[in-house]
Amino acid sequence: MILHTLRPSLCLLRCTRGVPATLSRLYHGDRVATLGSQPDAQSSLYQENYERMETIIKELKDRAEKIKLGGGEKARKLHTSRGKLLPRERIDRLLDPGSPFLEFSQFAAYQLYGKEEVPAGGIITGIGRVSGVECVIVANDATVKGGTYYPVTVKKHLRAQEIAQQNHLPCIYLVDSGGANLPRQADVFPDRDHFGRIFFNQARLSSEGIAQIAVVMGSCTAGGAYVPAMADESIIVRKQGTIFLGGPPLVKAATGEEVSAEDLGGADLHCRQSGVTDHYALDDSHALHLARKAVRNLNYQKKLDVTVEPPEAPLFPADELYGIVGDNLKRNFDIREVIARIVDGSKFDEFKAFYGDTLVTGFARIFGYPGTHFIELCCQRNIPLLFLQNITGFMVGREYEAGGIAKDGAKMVTAVACANVPKLTVIVGGSYGAGNYGMCGRAYSPRFLYMWPNARISVMGGEQAATVLATITKDQKAREGKEFTPEQEAAMKEPIVRRFEEEGSPYFSSARLWDDGIIDPADTRLVLGLSLSAALNAPTQRTRFGIFRM
Amino acid sequence: MAAVILKVKSFQGLKTVLQPKWLWTKGLVRYASVGRGRIEKVLIANRGEIACRVMRTAKKMGVRSVAVYSEADRHAMHVAMADEAYHIGPAASQQSYLSMEKVMDVAKKSGAQAIHPGYGFLSENTEFAELCKQEGIIFIGPPSSAIRDMGIKSTSKHIMSAAGVPIVEGYHGEDQSDERLQAESARIGYPVMIKAVRGGGGKGMRIAHSEADFHEQLESARREARKSFNDDVMLVEKFVENPRHVEVQVFGDQHGNVVYLFERDCSVQRRHQKIIEEAPGPGISPEVRRKLGEAAVQAAKAVNYVGAGTVEFIMDAQHNFYFMEMNTRLQVEHPVSEMITGTDLVEWQLRVAAGEELPLSQGEIELSGHAFEARIYAEDPNNDFMPGAGPLLHLSTPQGDECTRIETGVRQGDEVSAHYDPMIAKLVVWGEDRSAALKKLRYCLRQYNIVGLNTNIDFLLSLSGHPEFEAGNVHTSFIPLHHAQLFPPAQDPPRELLCQAALGLLLRERDNTRAYRAQSNDQYSPFASSNGRRVNVLYTRNLALQLGEKKVDVAVTYCPDGTYSMEMGGEVFQVSGELEEEEGTSYLRCSVNGVLSRPKLVMLDNTVHLFSMEGSAEVGVPVPKFLAGVGSSGAQGGAVAPMTGTIEKVLVKAGDKVQVGDALMVMNAMKMEHTIRAPKAGVIKKVFFKEGSQANRHAALVELEEEETNEE
Repeated sequence: MILHTLRPSLCLLRCTRGVPATLSRLYHGDRVATLGSQPDAQSSLYQENYERMETIIKELKDRAEKIKLGGGEKARKLHTSRGKLLPRERIDRLLDPGSPFLEFSQFAAYQLYGKEEVPAGGIITGIGRVSGVECVIVANDATVKGGTYYPVTVKKHLRAQEIAQQNHLPCIYLVDSGGANLPRQADVFPDRDHFGRIFFNQARLSSEGIAQIAVVMGSCTAGGAYVPAMADESIIVRKQGTIFLGGPPLVKAATGEEVSAEDLGGADLHCRQSGVTDHYALDDSHALHLARKAVRNLNYQKKLDVTVEPPEAPLFPADELYGIVGDNLKRNFDIREVIARIVDGSKFDEFKAFYGDTLVTGFARIFGYPGTHFIELCCQRNIPLLFLQNITGFMVGREYEAGGIAKDGAKMVTAVACANVPKLTVIVGGSYGAGNYGMCGRAYSPRFLYMWPNARISVMGGEQAATVLATITKDQKAREGKEFTPEQEAAMKEPIVRRFEEEGSPYFSSARLWDDGIIDPADTRLVLGLSLSAALNAPTQRTRFGIFRM
Repeated sequence: MAAVILKVKSFQGLKTVLQPKWLWTKGLVRYASVGRGRIEKVLIANRGEIACRVMRTAKKMGVRSVAVYSEADRHAMHVAMADEAYHIGPAASQQSYLSMEKVMDVAKKSGAQAIHPGYGFLSENTEFAELCKQEGIIFIGPPSSAIRDMGIKSTSKHIMSAAGVPIVEGYHGEDQSDERLQAESARIGYPVMIKAVRGGGGKGMRIAHSEADFHEQLESARREARKSFNDDVMLVEKFVENPRHVEVQVFGDQHGNVVYLFERDCSVQRRHQKIIEEAPGPGISPEVRRKLGEAAVQAAKAVNYVGAGTVEFIMDAQHNFYFMEMNTRLQVEHPVSEMITGTDLVEWQLRVAAGEELPLSQGEIELSGHAFEARIYAEDPNNDFMPGAGPLLHLSTPQGDECTRIETGVRQGDEVSAHYDPMIAKLVVWGEDRSAALKKLRYCLRQYNIVGLNTNIDFLLSLSGHPEFEAGNVHTSFIPLHHAQLFPPAQDPPRELLCQAALGLLLRERDNTRAYRAQSNDQYSPFASSNGRRVNVLYTRNLALQLGEKKVDVAVTYCPDGTYSMEMGGEVFQVSGELEEEEGTSYLRCSVNGVLSRPKLVMLDNTVHLFSMEGSAEVGVPVPKFLAGVGSSGAQGGAVAPMTGTIEKVLVKAGDKVQVGDALMVMNAMKMEHTIRAPKAGVIKKVFFKEGSQANRHAALVELEEEETNEE
C-alpha cells in the first residue's frame, strides 16, 4: 500500500466559460455520477465508530464552549462593567447580522503554558463578512491576561495576516491589548516572526492594496500603538481606547510628568490633535458601526475567476461520517464515502479511477465552487485543490526504493509545492511522514489546513518510532555485548508511544498553530465552503512547476 | 321601472339628433335634462368615504361622477374613482369643499345636472341649496326650507310639537329672564338641561340637578354660548338620564310620499360623536318600532321633506321617546339601515332627485336581520380619543362581501389628513340576528389592521366585547360608565409573541441577505447566509426589543438545523418559521415551542407589528444612541411634532438649558393645543421652527444636546 489518501477536487468544466450559469446544458451525457452508499447503521462497527466519534466531538465542543468564554468570570465582569463588549460580541456586531464566522485556531495555546490558561491564545481570529466583504478579523481578548501577546498570540496574529495576504482579504483589527507579555518578551519580541512582524505585515499588506482597518477599543500601548498608527483607517472609542508609546507609569518614571491615560492618548487627543485616529466613536457599538462603514467605503469587489453553480446538499447526512470513520486509525474506510458527504449533490467525477487504488482523485463542487492529478490539470484550469489526508506515508522497502519511490514522491511534492491555485487540506485520519508533504501539509502552505478531532499527525506512527528506537538501542547494546531484555524493550517503548500519541493529537497541533483549527467532521462541508469562498478573493496566479525528475 | 328605461331611450334618441350641435348647445341640453329631472352626471361635493360611496352607486346606475378636490386630496381615492375631477383650492375646507362658488363653478364647467353634497360640508347649507336652485342644478337633498326649519332647534321643536310628535318637555320661550327660566325649570322638574338655542356639540349646554345650582349653571352656559355663538338665548329641557340615542331613517319623494326604514341605535358615543351604530335598535318591540317610524314620518311630513333624512329621538329606560332634531342629509351610519332593508339609499336619493317616486312603499319595506357599523378613526382612545393624522403605512382589511362592507376613502400609503375628519373607514356587517352580527363585527375588526397612526380598533374590540354591550344595554353614558373595563391596564404581550416578533426580525434580515446575495458577484458564497454558524460553538445573539417604555432582552441562539432557541427571563423557547407573502401582505408561519400560528406581520423601520385573532402587538427595535440623531423616527422620544400642525408658541431659544419635561413649544393641531416638552435634559442647540410655521408629524422641533454626565 502506498498512499492512502485522497484528493478531491473540483470541477467541472463547463464547456465555455462565460456562458451564464443559468444556461445549463443538461444532456444525459452531462449527468455526473454520484458517490456514496447507505451505510449499515445497524452494524456493530458503525455503531461503535459513531459512539466513539460522538464522544470526541462532544469533548471538542465542550472545550470550545469553555474557550469561547475567554478569561475568568472576574475579568469578564470587569471588562463589561466598563461598558465594553466582550471580544466575541464585538465580532458578532461587526459582522453582517446573522452571517457565519470562520474562526481559526480556537485551541491556540491549549495546555501550552503549563498552569497559565490562555484561551484561544488571547486573540480571536477568523474570516467573516462585513458590509458584504469577506474580511480577516483579529480581536484581542483583554479578559485574557489583559490581552497581552504570548508567543502563540503573536503566531496567531501573524497567521491571520498571512491568510489575509494569501487570500487578499481586508484586515480589521479590534485592538484591546497591553502589548507584549513582559515575562516572555524574549520569545515575543526579537525574532523575525515576532511582534515587529505584525507592523511589517501591515505595511506590506497595505502596499498590496489589502485594506488595514484598526478599531481601538482599549489600550494600545508601546508597540501596540503602531497597529492603529499603521492602519489605513482607524477608529477609536472615547474614554476606552488609548494609544501611546509610553503609558502613564512609564512617563512618570521617565520624566516625572503626571498625566491620565485619557489625556495622554485618548480619543479626543488623537482625533482632534494628533491625527493618529480618523474616527471618533462614542462606544463599542458605534465604533463597530463605523468600521462597517469603513469597509463599505473600500470600494472592494470580489471577482471570481472560477465558474459557480447553484449549490446542492450532499445526498447523505453529514453525521454518518461519525459511523463511517470512527476514531480508530488502524481501521480502513473508503474515502469516497467521506467525499460523498462533503461535495455538492455527492457528485464526483472521478479521475483515473482504476489507476493507483490508494489515491482517489476527481472533480466536484462545494457550495457551487469548483474543487483538484491532477494537480497539474487543476493548475492549468485554475481549479482549487482539496486534500483529504489519511496517509501513513510513502511505502518503504527494497522493492519500492528500487522502483524510485523517492523520485516519485519528489514529483508529487514538487507538484504540490509549486501549485499556485488555492490548496485546502483537511486531515481526516493519519498524517505521517512524507505523506504529509505529498498531501499538502502545513509546510506546503495550503491556504487553510484543518484537522478532524480523530486525526493524528507525526513523522511516523508511535509504534514504528518506538520500534525504530528500540532496534537502534538493541543493536548498540549488542555491539557493546550487553543484554536488552524484552522487558527493557517494552519499558523503553512505552513512553515513546505515549509521547507520540500525545504529540500527535490534534489539540497538541492546534495549540501550536500547526493547523487552522479542529473541526467537527459534520461541519467539514461548511468550513470548506467558507474557506473556498475566502480563497477566491485573491486573483489567480499562474503556476510554474519546478523540474520533475523523470 | 318602465318609465326609466323609456326615458333613457328617448334621451339617446335626442342625443343622436342633437349630436352635431352638442358642443355649442351643451347649456341647452343640460337645461333640458333638468327640466325632465334626468341625471346623467352628478357632482359630488365631498371627499373621503362618502364621496366614494356615492360614486359607487352612480357607476352602478350609469351616472357619470365628477369629483372636486383640495390640494391635500390631489391623490385621494375619491379623485381616482371619479370619471372626472376638478381642483378647487387649498387644503383648508373653507377655501375648497366649503366654497359654494367653486363647487358651483365646477358643476357648470363639467355639465353636471346634480350635486350630491354627502354629509358635512355643504350638506345642510340652506344658502347652497338655494344657489343650486337658482343655477338650475339639482341639489340632492331636501328643499332649502326644510333645511332651514330643522336647523334651528327651537323652531324645529315648535313644528314637531305642533305636528303631534312627542318632544321633551321644555321651555323655548322668548322671555329669557332668570326668574322665568327658573320657574319653567320647576314646572318641567329637575334635573333640567340648560341649552343654547344656537348651540351644538355640547357647547353652551349645562345640567342643573336642583334649584340650588340652577343659577350657576345658567350663567356658565350663557358665558360659553356668548363666546362660541355670540348669542346667549337659552332653552330649558327635561334632562333624561342615561338616555338612548335612537334615530329613524326616513325618505320622502317629490310626490308627497314619506316612508321610514326603521330605527338605528347610536347611543354609544365619545366626544359627543357616534362610534358604533346598529339597526334595528336592540330590545325595541315592534310596537315601539312602529310608533317611532310613524312619529318620524309625521315629522318629515311636517316640513314637506324630500330625500333622505334622519329624525333623532332620545329614549328613556321605559322606551318613551322624544324628538330631538332632524338631520336633513344622508348620514354617516346610513349603511346599517340599508343592510337590514336591502336598499341602496344613494340610489334612492338619485332617483328621487330625478323626480321619481320612492321605489318601495312602506308596506314593501321589510326588516331583516341585524347590522352593525363600527367607525374606524385615527385617534388615540388612551388619550381622551384625541384625533390623529398621519400616513397609513400599512392597511389591510377584511374581505368585503354581501354581509361585510368596508366603506372607506383611503388606501394603503394614503395620508389621514389633519385638515379633515379623521375617520378612516366604516366597517359594516350584517347577520341573521344581533349576536351573529356582533360576532361577525368582532371577527372583521381583528382583520382590520393599520400601522402608521393610532386607531380606535382595539378600543372598538373591547367595546363590542363588553358584556353589557353584548346584552344590548346601550346608552349615551356607556363609555364613561364602563370606563374601567373598557380601558384595562396595559398588559405586556406574552413572551411567545415576543418570540414571534424576534423571529420576524431575523427572517427579514435573512431575506435582506438573500436579496443582497442575489445581486452580488458571488451569489452562492456560504458567507452570504444568515445561519449564524460558528466553528464548534453556537452563536448566541442578544436582541433587544422595545415594548413601549420597556426594554426586553432576548438571547437568540442559532441552532445548526436552522431553528432558534430564544431565552428571555430564564424561559427558553424553541422557535422556527418562515415568512409568507400573500397578496402583498406578509404572514409569519411560525412554531413557538411546538405551537403553530400564522400572524400577519408588518415591519416598518424599527417596529414590528403582529396581528392575529388573539390581538395585536407592536414591538420596537431600539435605535442605537449613535444613530438616534440621524434616524427619521421619533421612537427615541425626541422633541418632535406629535402630529402635523402649526407652531403657536416657541418657548426656548438656542443656548437655553432645559430639564426633562420643560415646555419647549406649543403647537396647534387638530384644533387642540399640544405642549411639546423636553425629552431629556440638555442645552438647546437650534430651534428649527418659528411661531406660525407649519411642522409635519415627527419633524424634529429643536436640536437638543444632552448634558455630558461627567463620571470622573
